[in-house]
Amino acid sequence: MLKVRNLDVAYGMLPVLRRVSLHVNPGEIVAIIGANGAGKTTLLRSIAGLVAARGGEIAFKGSDIRGTRTDAIVALGCSLVPEGRQVFASMPVRENLLLGGYVQYRRRGRDARGEIDRVYGLFPVLRERERQLAGTLSGGEQQMLAIGRALMARPDLLMLDEPSMGLAPLVVKDIFAIVERVSAQGTTVLLVEQNARGALRIARRGYVLETGRVVLSGSAEELLANRDVQRAYLGSEAEPRA
Amino acid sequence: MAWQPDSERMDREELEQLQLERLEATLSRVYRSVPFYRKRFDETGFDPDDLRSLADLRRLPFTTKRDFRENHPYGLFAVPLRDVVRVHASSGTTGLATAVGYTRNDLKTWADLVARVLVAGGVGKEDVVHVAFDYGLFTGAFGFHHGAERIGASVIPVSSANARRQIQIIQDYRSTALVTTPSHALVLADAMIEAGVLRNALSLRYGLFGAEPWSESMREELEEKLGVKATDNYGLSEVMGPGVSGECLERRGLHIAEDHFLVEVIDPETLEPVPEGQVGELVLTTLTREALPVIRYRTRDLTSVVRGDCPCGRTLTRMSRVKGRTDDLLIVKGARVFPSEIEAVLLEVEGTAPHYQIVLERKGGEDLATVLVETPEGAVAGPSRADLQAAIQRRLASELGVSVSVELVDARTLQRSEGKARRVLDRRPS
Repeated sequence: MLKVRNLDVAYGMLPVLRRVSLHVNPGEIVAIIGANGAGKTTLLRSIAGLVAARGGEIAFKGSDIRGTRTDAIVALGCSLVPEGRQVFASMPVRENLLLGGYVQYRRRGRDARGEIDRVYGLFPVLRERERQLAGTLSGGEQQMLAIGRALMARPDLLMLDEPSMGLAPLVVKDIFAIVERVSAQGTTVLLVEQNARGALRIARRGYVLETGRVVLSGSAEELLANRDVQRAYLGSEAEPRA
Repeated sequence: MAWQPDSERMDREELEQLQLERLEATLSRVYRSVPFYRKRFDETGFDPDDLRSLADLRRLPFTTKRDFRENHPYGLFAVPLRDVVRVHASSGTTGLATAVGYTRNDLKTWADLVARVLVAGGVGKEDVVHVAFDYGLFTGAFGFHHGAERIGASVIPVSSANARRQIQIIQDYRSTALVTTPSHALVLADAMIEAGVLRNALSLRYGLFGAEPWSESMREELEEKLGVKATDNYGLSEVMGPGVSGECLERRGLHIAEDHFLVEVIDPETLEPVPEGQVGELVLTTLTREALPVIRYRTRDLTSVVRGDCPCGRTLTRMSRVKGRTDDLLIVKGARVFPSEIEAVLLEVEGTAPHYQIVLERKGGEDLATVLVETPEGAVAGPSRADLQAAIQRRLASELGVSVSVELVDARTLQRSEGKARRVLDRRPS
């Protein structure tokens, strides 16, 4: 579904991504793990068209999308849940969601109500807080709102930038469970995370980014069993899951 | 039937994307973690970040056996020794055996790749796999052991025992798949005949023979004598061990595990890639190895790439049977001769046993090659022996394009091998 080849991204003179290549097959959850500053956010933003690449290819569903505008990329079926949630704090939950469906509604005249029901199905708490201003929600609820908003566009590929960041451990568990549920419903997922263990537990495959380069890739089991990954990102000599 | 059909029948475009990703990650890792490679890349002026395609691989320097020797034991390892859960050594037929290492993930991959070879060769979980390689530092035994366990077969770690004992075990334990070198398989076949054991009394069905070059004629000989479907397989310790490639039952070349190894075939003189289909030296680059990633290893094995689709459905590129090593290649009176070519002729001739040796000497400034061939027990002596000798000499001369003398010797005079056979005795001063 997504194929990235030799992506080079720089901020001015500073290279941030160096010949990054990866792919995501339909139905997969693919995790990108790495430390702060490794380039993970830049990677998702480049794919989403928010940051221009210096070189390389990005193909989504077979078409080249490098240089394509973000709204066109969303219309093609790729949505981004940005780092830090970035909900529209002064608007109610419902309006946030409706805005998420904007492209679908405007271009195809689709009624957003069915979509909102689906999102409420995934996040019942959002239905309860429908009229509440998004800025007054808890961190976890805001994350759910951000994901729900992205899902309103009916994406084939959902990209999430550090959904667990800044959330309490119990809430983090919920968020990963939600990502799994979204995947089970047929959406392909590209998940960027600093919480490597959480991400690899739900992913099928992963890539490890270090200073802008992919240094390792493999199945989630392989990455969990890789000692360098354990030392650097899992915090202990963890045993791989059975 | 394939062990990992998703990988073995992968779409070529998907495979190339996977290879590119894995190569780039491997280069980043070796540059970071292996001082030897960092120095080499810096010396050749190649920044691994500049690699943008599989074809760019050509710009990277080679790794040779000498590099392994000079960095023996652990100098080429990319991980600390405490992450290495297994250490093996190369067979060292040409000099010092060098150490190779595996992480837990490496072992798992190795088992899966050998499993692929076993399944391609017809072996399944109902089989009783008789591993006759010597268990120890050499990778052949453990490689096949874990691969066979992986597919759930019943594995017998026979190791190297004498031929009579091996036959006894095959009979008693009802081995169905024999894993060994072709020359050793021949020794077993002869021991069988000597012991009066009939082929049909054995439960053997498959023979997976490798670790040395062998001819089609030898295959026919072994299939006939042992009653097995014999397939070739290839590997070398420096990049992993057995499991790098193996024949499927179509037997039209050995399918290479290209999702784990990048294959190149080069001219050993010019070091440039040879045109498709031509014979050259096999060069391998590991794509997933953790403990000991290797970039462009010169295997010194001569082969060619076989193009086209295989009826088995595997999309992985095939290589031809290894013709010999670059150092096996004999230059006799200026002509290039492989021992396996001589083997092919000898096996076709009636009246000889398939045990031979090539002795090279220099007399009066000229190369002299003598092929010693055994005659079977109770062979006729006298003038017909001389005729046979002359006939073989003529055949060899016409096939090889150079004349060699032939000497018929009695049965069992030539040294037998338990592992790889030493076919050539080069007594020429170097």
